[in-house]
Amino acid sequence: MSIRVSHVTKRFGAFVALDDVSVDIPVGSLTALLGPSGGGKSTLLRVIAGLERPDEGTVEIAGTDATGLPPQRRNVGFVFQHYAAFKHLSVRRNVAFGLEIRKRPKDVVRRRVDELLQLVHLEQFADRLPSQLSGGQRQRMALARALAVEPDVLLLDEPFGALDAQVRRELRDWLRRLHDEVDVTTVFVTHDQEEAMDVADEIVVINNGVVEQIGSPDELYDRPASEFVMSFLGPVTSLGGVLVRPHDLELLASPDARTVPATVARLTRLGFEVRADLEAGGQPLWVQLTRAEADRLGLHPGAGVHVRTVAPDAAPVAAPAG
Amino acid sequence: MRRSSPLALRVVALVYLTFLLVLPVGLVFWRTFQHGAGPVVDALTRPAVLHAFRVTAVVAAWTVALNTVFGVGVALLIVRGRFPGRRALDAAVDLPLAVSPVVVGLALILVYGRFEPIGGWLETHGLQIIFAVPGMVLATVFVSLPLVVREVAPVLAEIGTEQEQAAWTLGAGPVQTFRRITLPAIRWALAYGMVLTLARALGEFGAVAVVSGRLVGRTQTATLVVDQSFQNFDQPTAYAVSVALASVAIVVLVVVNILRSREQSRA
Repeated sequence: MSIRVSHVTKRFGAFVALDDVSVDIPVGSLTALLGPSGGGKSTLLRVIAGLERPDEGTVEIAGTDATGLPPQRRNVGFVFQHYAAFKHLSVRRNVAFGLEIRKRPKDVVRRRVDELLQLVHLEQFADRLPSQLSGGQRQRMALARALAVEPDVLLLDEPFGALDAQVRRELRDWLRRLHDEVDVTTVFVTHDQEEAMDVADEIVVINNGVVEQIGSPDELYDRPASEFVMSFLGPVTSLGGVLVRPHDLELLASPDARTVPATVARLTRLGFEVRADLEAGGQPLWVQLTRAEADRLGLHPGAGVHVRTVAPDAAPVAAPAG
Repeated sequence: MRRSSPLALRVVALVYLTFLLVLPVGLVFWRTFQHGAGPVVDALTRPAVLHAFRVTAVVAAWTVALNTVFGVGVALLIVRGRFPGRRALDAAVDLPLAVSPVVVGLALILVYGRFEPIGGWLETHGLQIIFAVPGMVLATVFVSLPLVVREVAPVLAEIGTEQEQAAWTLGAGPVQTFRRITLPAIRWALAYGMVLTLARALGEFGAVAVVSGRLVGRTQTATLVVDQSFQNFDQPTAYAVSVALASVAIVVLVVVNILRSREQSRA
């Protein structure tokens, strides 16, 4: 294990940010800490980096107990949401910072910085100040700066949170490729489930200071351990008191042994897909289907249809009572 | 608002500044050089006057040095500190602006005077505070206390702690982080605070008048020379020293403003 967090609890006054959290992160993995704002995921990342001290529990990094170590001696790279660029230093000096602190020879620093600037495609901006870069470029600079000291683990706190959608998507793909190239254990915090599913090998879902579930994106999506995980990772609706994904429901013109009768309340066309809001036994639910299916069934508001689940292998999750 | 109001405002501001600042300062300069530069040079090179300038320089240098160190320290405490009494400290920093300098001087005599417990004890150990340079430095430090703090604290609050945390994760210790990250970030605010402190120290009169004892050739500062010369109908000396003091202050302020605007255009 590259990072082993055991029974960590962290309180801020009366607020419990982390409640007996244990997570193991394997060497070389790309892990997402996913959860809603205020759920404790950033606090966990900061505890790993040594920027927060846990009230209880231990943190192990690369086999050594780091619980009592200051951030300076943990050999972690940390990337902040708002870049934390050193505003008075050029891009080159920003990237060189950790190496200069470690008093590496000048030519070694120069070579390493050149290498990293090339890796993050900023070689032509080496002599600019951070204020002369775009947000995406600043974040790439921050990444190069964190990687310069060859950290045991790379920690990113909502690294794309301050960027617009287009740049966000680009940087996401780029982080994935960079991880495959550099091969450093990487943990990033996000509240965007799509981002976590797209980039990470493994996702740790954190809510209210506790770990809800750990697993691969597919495991979490197909076999969520709780109603919270299921609804956080994708759209949900409920049929007969059971939570299901709207695309795992099928509409039929005539009933069979597994169907439930329903009435169409509203149809919404969203490009190639159709969202059908239904009513079954007094309960609202919605179904996601393709345009062709909707046309074949001749759906219109007020029409009667029959609904059934088409994902027999998915473990059922009980819908909340009431 | 009518469209003419900016013009009206400008006229009001201009008239205000003219009568308050430009006219008095301009007239002092004009009266000083009324009979050419000769009498001015004569007045400024008299031994007592030269000594007074030296005393002013020493007091100002100590004041700037002490207030730079304590100003940055207090600003860090106020902005970053999480301790009971932080708000009280924040409020106390502005106290010197509210208290009359004469009161400050009297209060210092009450603590450090020869016949008071602390002052007496220090004196038996060879350190005279009142009627000597240390007391004058204390008084000047007190009256100029908020100047560095109030320049530096907002900048510290604005830059936040993320850059410092980034430096920590990159291996920089507290001293390295302060020197390489925090200090460069606050340097212009600090320089401005130091210059304001210098200007205040050069011009301080009330508190210094009380604690110095106004001993000619020993504890007399430039501002005290101005007052004494004026009282003794030696107006040429009073004007000459005034002009010298005002010139230093103006030059320093201009230099800092140039540096500041250059820094802003670079960033």
